[in-house]
Amino acid sequence: MDLSDEVVELLRENARYSVEDIARQTDSDPSEVEAVIGDLEDEGVILGYRAVVDRDKLEGETIRAVVELNVTLDRETSYDDVAERIAKFPKVEALHLVSGDFDFQMHVEGDSMSEVSNFISNKVAPVPEITQTVTHYVMTTYKEQGIEFGDGSDDDRLSVSP
Amino acid sequence: MKIADRVEAVPPSGIRRFFELAEEVDDIISLGVGEPDFSAPWAARDAAITSLEQGKTSYTANRGKRELRELIGETMEDNYDLSYDPDEQILVTAGASEALDLAFRTVIEPGDKVAVAQPCYVSYSPGVTFAGGEVCPVRTRREDEFKLTYEMLDESGAADAEALVYCYPNNPTGATMTRDELQEVATFAREHDLTVLSDEIYAGLSYEDEHTSIATLPGMRERTIVFNGFSKEYAMTGLRLGYALGPTEAITAMNRIHQYTMLSAPTTAQYAAIEALESSDDVVAEMRTQYNRRRKLVLSRFEEMGLDCFRAKGAFYAFPACPWDDGHEFAEALLEETKVAVVPGAVFGEGGEGHLRVSYATGMEDLKEALDRIEQFIE
Repeated sequence: MDLSDEVVELLRENARYSVEDIARQTDSDPSEVEAVIGDLEDEGVILGYRAVVDRDKLEGETIRAVVELNVTLDRETSYDDVAERIAKFPKVEALHLVSGDFDFQMHVEGDSMSEVSNFISNKVAPVPEITQTVTHYVMTTYKEQGIEFGDGSDDDRLSVSP
Repeated sequence: MKIADRVEAVPPSGIRRFFELAEEVDDIISLGVGEPDFSAPWAARDAAITSLEQGKTSYTANRGKRELRELIGETMEDNYDLSYDPDEQILVTAGASEALDLAFRTVIEPGDKVAVAQPCYVSYSPGVTFAGGEVCPVRTRREDEFKLTYEMLDESGAADAEALVYCYPNNPTGATMTRDELQEVATFAREHDLTVLSDEIYAGLSYEDEHTSIATLPGMRERTIVFNGFSKEYAMTGLRLGYALGPTEAITAMNRIHQYTMLSAPTTAQYAAIEALESSDDVVAEMRTQYNRRRKLVLSRFEEMGLDCFRAKGAFYAFPACPWDDGHEFAEALLEETKVAVVPGAVFGEGGEGHLRVSYATGMEDLKEALDRIEQFIE
């Protein structure tokens, strides 16, 4: 694996690894790692760094919904056109074109159920190409970006063993 | 009650004493653990659960389930060119430890000298003693990166021994041996007609060179018993499942003891192991990747803090030289002042003194914190 791939893998595992720690884990120099990360950012491979948060442990509520969208296209409009229009809304956390019974899968976040439903009915549903929306409110999150929620398991190994 | 002399003669393991010290300190970060911090692959655990739901709680064949022996045979062949017949040359045991004990009792006559490459896992010498043998320590050295050499075997008097036992990749040093380096050992074994007991439990955790088993070298298969298992590579220590590969007469003899003493290895664990071999290559590869990153981090940090440490290439241990003369004193002081546990190398036998075993089978955040504390402590 080349250094660039290894850096991506390490940052995907933990975006807070210091440049020095990445260098140590890849047998390379911190300056090299710094340059690689710079390139990855410039090339748009790495688009951002965000924390994975268990919001149930925070005060205040965040409502999340997974929304199925069906669209009808015409000669002038493509999936990309529709997607760009929807993705621009800050409430849209994720948007994927998917195979199967519907076209887009959209993840939406808001402070309340009414905020989320109003957003869908006032901003998304009226988009002319969108023919149908089906909204699923998220009730519990168990795992996100490869990280399991909950308290994890204790290390019950003997503290010193042969 | 009268306790037999041969048992009384074996002192409790030095690691036990250190374990008791560590247990007295709260919230330690332990780099003293000799087992993976991962759990067994979920698919393997799931298979174990399913087997229990289906009521699979009886004994299996003495040698282990045939399906498992076949899979072990295929895996050993694919990974290490080790070719053994599942019916006659593979024995599934309760951990590689049981297999080693069976081998000691199978090949050692009372009074036989057995060469034990040290520093090593704490069970070999007691195992030899329990079997009535006499331990002939073969000290490996930092200068040789803790590899066995023809010269050291010769100097230690291993020529008079009936058998040689060693482990590569090694616990506690993390040392590995290449094919070329093993040739010397093989030559010595052939010249002096030694049986070789090759503990290869860490074979799957080799990071720089492909693992070679001595049994694949010319003239060695007939005099070697290979030990491996699921504990380290598949993170299944508590499921107690290992195996031995060897010539038909050796495995048949070992099975004779096994059938009277153990009957069969744990059934639930065998179901887990079958699934592990069938489907967990990617999980195992990911664990290996994680260990390797930690290894590189630990070695870099030791170098930066001026701690002399050879480049350990296997298992999940680094074996730096201790900055103080007395490794026990250092480890105790480190534990007391920084709450970081490492194991003094001397508990692993000759050649271990003046070193520390540092296990990196610990999550990255704890590992980094522990290394910071060690660095501060040394300063």
